[in-house]
Amino acid sequence: MSDTILGVDGLSVDIATPRGTLHAVRDISFSIKRGETLCLVGESGCGKSMTSLAIMDLLPKAAKRQTRRLAFAGEDLAGASKRRINALRGNRMAMIFQEPMTALNPAYTIGNQLIEAYRLHRNASESEARERAVFLLGKVGIASAAERLGQYPHQLSGGLRQRVMIAMALMCGPDLLIADEPTTALDVTIQAQILRLLADLQRELGIAMLLITHDLGIVARIADRVAVMYAGQIVEEGTTEALFRSPKHPYTRGLIDCIPVPGRTVPGGRLGVIPGVVPSLVGDIRGCSFRDRCSFAQDICAQAPPMRGTTDSQSWRCILENAA
Amino acid sequence: MTDTALSLPTVPEPSAGRKLARRFFGQKAFVIGAGILAVIVALALLAPVIAPHDPYAQNLAMRNVPPFWYEKGSWLHPLGTDQLGRDYLSRVLYGARISLLIGVSVVAISGLTGTAMGLAAGYFGGKVDLLVTFLVTTRLSMPVILVALAVVAMVGGSLWIVILVLGLLKWDRFAVVMRSATQQVRSLDYVAAAEAAGASTTRIIVGEVLPNIVPHLIVVATLEAASAILLEAALSFLGLGVQPPLPSWGLMISEAKAYMFFSFWLIAIPGTALALLIFAINLAGDGLRDVISPEGRA
Amino acid sequence: MSALLEAQDLTRSFTVGQGMFKARRTLHAVNGISLDIRKGEVLGIVGESGCGKSTLARMLLGLMPPTGGRITLDGTDIRELGRKGMARRVQPVFQDPYSSLNPRRTIASIVALPLEVHGIGTASERRRQALEILDKVGLPQRFADRYPRELSGGQRQRVAIARALIMKPEIVVCDEPTSALDVSVQSQILNLLMDLRRELGLTYVFISHNLAVVEHIATRVAVMYLGRVVELAETEALFRTPRHPYTKALLASVLTPEPGEGIPETGLGLAFPDPLNPPPGCPFHPRCAERMSQCSSIAPRFTQHGRDVVACHLHDSEQVAAISA
Repeated sequence: MSDTILGVDGLSVDIATPRGTLHAVRDISFSIKRGETLCLVGESGCGKSMTSLAIMDLLPKAAKRQTRRLAFAGEDLAGASKRRINALRGNRMAMIFQEPMTALNPAYTIGNQLIEAYRLHRNASESEARERAVFLLGKVGIASAAERLGQYPHQLSGGLRQRVMIAMALMCGPDLLIADEPTTALDVTIQAQILRLLADLQRELGIAMLLITHDLGIVARIADRVAVMYAGQIVEEGTTEALFRSPKHPYTRGLIDCIPVPGRTVPGGRLGVIPGVVPSLVGDIRGCSFRDRCSFAQDICAQAPPMRGTTDSQSWRCILENAA
Repeated sequence: MTDTALSLPTVPEPSAGRKLARRFFGQKAFVIGAGILAVIVALALLAPVIAPHDPYAQNLAMRNVPPFWYEKGSWLHPLGTDQLGRDYLSRVLYGARISLLIGVSVVAISGLTGTAMGLAAGYFGGKVDLLVTFLVTTRLSMPVILVALAVVAMVGGSLWIVILVLGLLKWDRFAVVMRSATQQVRSLDYVAAAEAAGASTTRIIVGEVLPNIVPHLIVVATLEAASAILLEAALSFLGLGVQPPLPSWGLMISEAKAYMFFSFWLIAIPGTALALLIFAINLAGDGLRDVISPEGRA
Repeated sequence: MSALLEAQDLTRSFTVGQGMFKARRTLHAVNGISLDIRKGEVLGIVGESGCGKSTLARMLLGLMPPTGGRITLDGTDIRELGRKGMARRVQPVFQDPYSSLNPRRTIASIVALPLEVHGIGTASERRRQALEILDKVGLPQRFADRYPRELSGGQRQRVAIARALIMKPEIVVCDEPTSALDVSVQSQILNLLMDLRRELGLTYVFISHNLAVVEHIATRVAVMYLGRVVELAETEALFRTPRHPYTKALLASVLTPEPGEGIPETGLGLAFPDPLNPPPGCPFHPRCAERMSQCSSIAPRFTQHGRDVVACHLHDSEQVAAISA
């Protein structure tokens, strides 16, 4: 499969806490093809951000990664050296964070930050790097890009900063872009602008994207495929169309029913709810982790549910053929 | 409505009290510091019972007796006697009372003043804040030891003068820390909610703000107590603090200066006691800070 | 429907850059807002960060004095009502359930605080009332003696709602009450707010940046931009036929979970609203796709369209005629 850019097989992340081991990510597998957008969606604490950090090898010290295989463009990075990872990170794999103000260094001009990484990875001359920076700033819709290079992050608005972050991620022409809640800190109008920009650039440059978000609206509009995470596992995966039209897992169904949608939900009417709370991921977890909140739960759910699939477009982890 | 019992295996939550206890005892620094401190406080409180002699009783026949571990020492005076033949162990024990009294009283006065100023500045902001900030800046421009020296030189030294002077000089850190802690709490929504519930400003400060800044207060208090004890020792050493025949550790070191080369223990013993007390207080204070705010360690 | 709470030409400015040697600038967080909140309605207030919606909320709660204009409750200036008088009738629910509960108090004590402040009942009566209201917001009794840190975000927000309701207020001002919550918890809280409104006959001021939520819960919506209300309309009308270009852009930006629709084009430029440097004329004109020559110099006035109002030159036929004449 040469058209797979990222293949994750059996990824787990364990975090040691005073109360025991927290299983933040539990044996998840997925792959992204070149030029494709995969959205990891889930609520806080489901392990979606840990997954992205684990792929980039940026996990905090207390977290331990285990994986059978982590293939990037056919190369297994599971046991790769720090040097090799550093050479890929920021170069062929780039990341966009939620809060551009904390991801950009306040002490350097944006020009410095754009140019530095490019020169490091590409061994390019200063003028070559500067030319590319100006080109990309223009590409992300920033006018008078040459003057902007001399500005510091705090001189830009939140929306502009996120554009700079995107330009920075694109500097080395990555094959894979990992965006962790890239628009959560932005206003809704700016969010739409940034997402549109991301989608356009991605299509134009043929970059694969792993987008992490909690917002089903974003997922529906931008993803080719979706993986729904719950309690550290992927509980359902499929094409965006299939997953939204006929969600199979009770959790996916529940999530979609929770959100008010103008024109679809009745104003003032009752919204769907998912009763209960997310289970603790500390210690041993057996069976289906959603069973205590699931209206379809049966005794058999105390055992690990099977992974079911229709064609290759949808698969889900449930005892039921169809929860919808 | 939402709270279904979870049957998934979860680690049982220990009780709040036990968690707190675990956090305290998990801190080695705190345990050691607080342990030493507790021993010193106990010895000071029990001084009248355990001191072998009257700390003021002179016995000129028994001057400069060395402690028991010297050849000439005797168990009658375990830590020997001073230049006037007073029992050194008894004086060190009573000296602990002076140091602790200084520490507690100075912190009480400065803590009250500084906390009131910090709370007012942090809560009300604006002109009050400007005034307090100005007072703190002014106070910080005066070196404590020089001002204390000048005042004591003018009005004469005594235990209570020292306490008063230090108490009225050392409120600055309380004011600064309480001001920023109050500002932070003031901006939180539970203060706004109490205000919207109709609570008076006094009630909000006492019921909502103060309980949430007490951890900071405790930490500053320990550090300031240690610093006050050292300052008293320094002032007494210079002869401008506690006056003889009171057994202040600083004064004891001062009185022993002349005998330094013949009777080294006269300086070493109160010096060690002083160092141990300061060490214990700082250790306990540091540990306390870590216990109270495990996430906010600087 | 009569106005219960009314704001007349409300302004609030802040001086920023305090300190002895720094230049001071004035920030007009709220810049001449007139609003009426009618009994029994849910008035949604939407706008983006920095539009002044939270400042407006604080003024409506009596937590922040306006620098200009006045607020009346049933015709009485709220300054005359005083803190306690206001507390009985208007209560808040804030955004962040982590900072809105005092971490050193138990849940029962947090909920009973308003009763305690007003000296209502004995300690045991207050506790009984607190337990009753906790039950009403869906929290079992066993939570009463716990501390906020032992509760999840959604449970904390229920506590905040219980505290707001224990004095049986008429108006609850909700400032982004679900923005900090996960979507599955958000729907629980929205359902709860709707149930309580029906049961207790409450009036809500519901502030949010999430238009889908506002459409769901509000009966009337005020759209704010840089300290001003630019459009105020019945919810259905506003979502069906938005008049102000900013409202249109906001509506276009709502990403409903419809696969295949793609990301909408908002038509907004790169300019961003800076409350410290509001543009002259219409505050929205630098980003407006439909701007005309007068927009950069003349501030638009409010025009009435049925029951709705909008401040935009496009909808002010007299002004347009006067200028072209």
